[in-house]
Amino acid sequence: MNAFGIIGIYIAAAAGTLAIGLYLRWFDRKVTAMVQWRKGPPWYQPVADVLKLFYKETLMPATARGTGFLIAPAIGLAASALVAAMLWSAVLTPETGFVGDLIVVVYLLLIPPLMTILGASASGSPHAAIGASREMKLILSYELPFFLAMLVAVIRTDWTLQLGPIASAGVVPLYSISGVIAMIIAILAMQAKLGQVPFDTAEAECEIMSGVYVEYSGVPLAIIYLGRAMMLAVMPLLLITVFWGGLEPTGWGIPAFIGKYLLLVVLVTLIRNTNPRLRIDQIMRFFWFGVAPLGIAAVVLAYLGKAWAIKWL
Amino acid sequence: MALKNWALRKSLWVYHVNTGACNNCDIEVLELLTPKYDIERFGMILVGTPRHADVLAVTGACTRQAQPRLQEVYRQTPKPCVVMAIGSCAGAQGIFAESYHMGAGVDTAIKAVDPDAIIVYVPGCPPKPEAMIAAAVKAMELIKTL
Ligand code: SF4
Repeated sequence: MNAFGIIGIYIAAAAGTLAIGLYLRWFDRKVTAMVQWRKGPPWYQPVADVLKLFYKETLMPATARGTGFLIAPAIGLAASALVAAMLWSAVLTPETGFVGDLIVVVYLLLIPPLMTILGASASGSPHAAIGASREMKLILSYELPFFLAMLVAVIRTDWTLQLGPIASAGVVPLYSISGVIAMIIAILAMQAKLGQVPFDTAEAECEIMSGVYVEYSGVPLAIIYLGRAMMLAVMPLLLITVFWGGLEPTGWGIPAFIGKYLLLVVLVTLIRNTNPRLRIDQIMRFFWFGVAPLGIAAVVLAYLGKAWAIKWL
Repeated sequence: MALKNWALRKSLWVYHVNTGACNNCDIEVLELLTPKYDIERFGMILVGTPRHADVLAVTGACTRQAQPRLQEVYRQTPKPCVVMAIGSCAGAQGIFAESYHMGAGVDTAIKAVDPDAIIVYVPGCPPKPEAMIAAAVKAMELIKTL
């Protein structure tokens, strides 16, 4: 495939994921409204929000380091777009890709939060500084359990490190004890990666005024909005690809895929709506002393299951 | 331009500024979020910082202490934005007019920063949530003229 083809696919996947992400943002808000017995926003709401932000003035705090402050959201968006392209190509054409693209995806997923920290630090606001330090601790807490969960899927599919073959390996990692534990851990890590309640300490809007995003307005805020919509579309896709068999090319494959996708998003929304915000020390304790040992147990179970050839372990 | 007007009208984000209200107006503002009124139907949400806001929901009589802060918040709000003066206090200082601790009043304070500011008044002590929704609709109409 020539370079233009690759760039075209990249742009198409990014734009498609963006559209799905904006739809999911609305879906999330609508489900929230239904949980709270409200009517909720109309279907075009995310589009109106983004358009409006593009038409608003962009303010720069006097204390900000201009370049870092403005460019950080764009790099975050680009990284999530790249992840989206890699995941869709693994889901739609499992034979493409390269060995180790799972590792690349996991590392690329780290860039949006890192860019959030960079932009927040560059804004020179004390609220954003508190938010950035919390975001840093949040990454430290959820990254280890997230890796362990991915490792379970890798072990269960005979040490495959490639997304396409993991999705079409024939063994669905979720349908086993270690797989279920790993999926639960991955869902918790997804909640933290998306910055949703109970793990939204970095942007707590009542105590530190949206924390890491406090100084953003206008176009950069629109890019942040888009980036977060993109992440909302990317994370369930990653979980389905790694743990839940991806997109099966059969008649029932597509509806089942959409069902799994929406189920994961509804789960995120319901967790968000039924939990209070945790303090950052509570989050660290939860992930390190609660979730991480569980992840190690899941890895051991998966390994034993492989060694003794027990399918359900 | 039509697209700009549409987007601005359909997505008003509200930041709530208290300039010395008795807290009754603030409770009525929060009422807007409850299932009965649910302003998210119109795409309005409450945000945590003036930098994200399109509407400043100002309550209170604008005391001397609060006035410079209100002006600073207005300066920090990206334009175009609308100021909603909620309650008799914010409209004309209500029963506190001519007290020793009063600033210039919400509209005068804002006009001192930006003479072209869009200000909508919601009279009442406290105003009903319906009145605030009506004011929001009027604010949307005003945004059209920008
Ligand atoms: S208008 Fe009435 S209810 Fe509102 S802040 Fe003033 S005194 Fe309180």
